Amino acid sequence: MPVKILYFAWVREKTGTAEEIVDLPEGVATVAELVGWLKTRGPQYAAAFARAEVIRAAIDRTHVAADASLANAREIAFFPPVTGG
Amino acid sequence: MAVRVQRNSFDTDAEVKALTAGRTDIGAIVTFTGLMRAANAGKAVTAMSLEHYPGMTEGELQSLEEEARRRWSLAASLIVHRVGDFSPGDPIVLVVTAAPHRQAAFAAAEFLMDYLKTRAPFWKRESGPEGDRWVEARDSDAAASERWGAWRRGGKDP
Repeated sequence: MPVKILYFAWVREKTGTAEEIVDLPEGVATVAELVGWLKTRGPQYAAAFARAEVIRAAIDRTHVAADASLANAREIAFFPPVTGG
Repeated sequence: MAVRVQRNSFDTDAEVKALTAGRTDIGAIVTFTGLMRAANAGKAVTAMSLEHYPGMTEGELQSLEEEARRRWSLAASLIVHRVGDFSPGDPIVLVVTAAPHRQAAFAAAEFLMDYLKTRAPFWKRESGPEGDRWVEARDSDAAASERWGAWRRGGKDP
């Protein structure tokens, strides 16, 4: 099933992509598994997610943890800890 | 109760007037304005750009207001956050809280800012004599939001 993936701030800079549509492969059911798969897609992705523990995720515009399920997700976003205000 | 994300600056007096027009139940208004400083983490900053996650940002800010209203008796509230390019001294964020009494207005304004800093998807990139860098999140901001207790919407703390 195709999902939209968004990248923000230095995650976007490192992947070189602001947004893309991907087909989730078999066996990718959680945010952490998606990160693991993205890292295999090329050196830019490997670099962007090298410190995966600092990267935050949202599913359909809600903050989620790394073990969150991707079931029914339409939009998944990856970004650094926020720095507004 | 409103939130706005915009590139333009804001006029605090005009926002307060609009928020309180025709109201006679408000006894206290607290406004907080966050400004850009010319130094951060010991380094000079000459310019800054601020990006966000359109859609999620507005949703998170609305959630903050809803949570503030669950915790305090507020008559009105407003959050305005700017994005785009900034120079030192420029206003970045405005929070207005209005309540029958001052305690709720003070506390809610502080709560909104503390949680905005840890939940709302904004990112700052600073420029200075030493080059450009993404601003790093501060442990002190996380601690400031944690002192308000668990986030009650069932959502995860980022």
